[in-house]
Amino acid sequence: MSALLSVASVALLLVGLVFLAGGTLGLVRLPDVFARAHAASKCDSVGAGSILLALALQGGLVFGDLKVVLLVLLILVSAPTTAHALARAGFRTGITPWSKAERGDP
Amino acid sequence: MTSLLWGSATAILLMAFVCLWRADAGPTVLDRILAVNVAGTKTLVVLVLLATIAGHAFLIDVAIVYGLLNFVITLAATRFIESGRLVRDEPAPSEAAP
Repeated sequence: MSALLSVASVALLLVGLVFLAGGTLGLVRLPDVFARAHAASKCDSVGAGSILLALALQGGLVFGDLKVVLLVLLILVSAPTTAHALARAGFRTGITPWSKAERGDP
Repeated sequence: MTSLLWGSATAILLMAFVCLWRADAGPTVLDRILAVNVAGTKTLVVLVLLATIAGHAFLIDVAIVYGLLNFVITLAATRFIESGRLVRDEPAPSEAAP
């Protein structure tokens, strides 16, 4: 059981690292604030969430891990809300979304 | 296992510095806010990693406060940029449109 928990923890940690790297790559490479918010919010919620779940599995099941699960829930609520607020602010202040017709940075 | 945790903490810190490059170079204010938000999330993960490595349970509380502050600060900044005011009843300044 303990070996199973360890394997699951390491797998979740590696998945989270891959997703965080993808989110950072999207934040650097994508052409628009909307595209960047999209990439960063999704990859950050999955990446940070799975890394925190891996750490919660790591310590056995004690009280501090309940706080980590609470932190995962907070991230799962806050990342989409933040991305929505950013995209709405960008749209209402008149940033035109990047399109393929006009290549280059807006 | 501890070396794996140290390695992932180092990798996440490097990613946070890459996010800070976007915060420096972003063309709009919203890019900077987004980059600081993402770097804050990565800092939260590093805090929980350090709590697991070193066995300091209070660092998890610090991470929770960090996450709440990150959330509220981002919402307040985007609302201020969007409408030029923070509270709904407050009259918007007439020249507010940024």
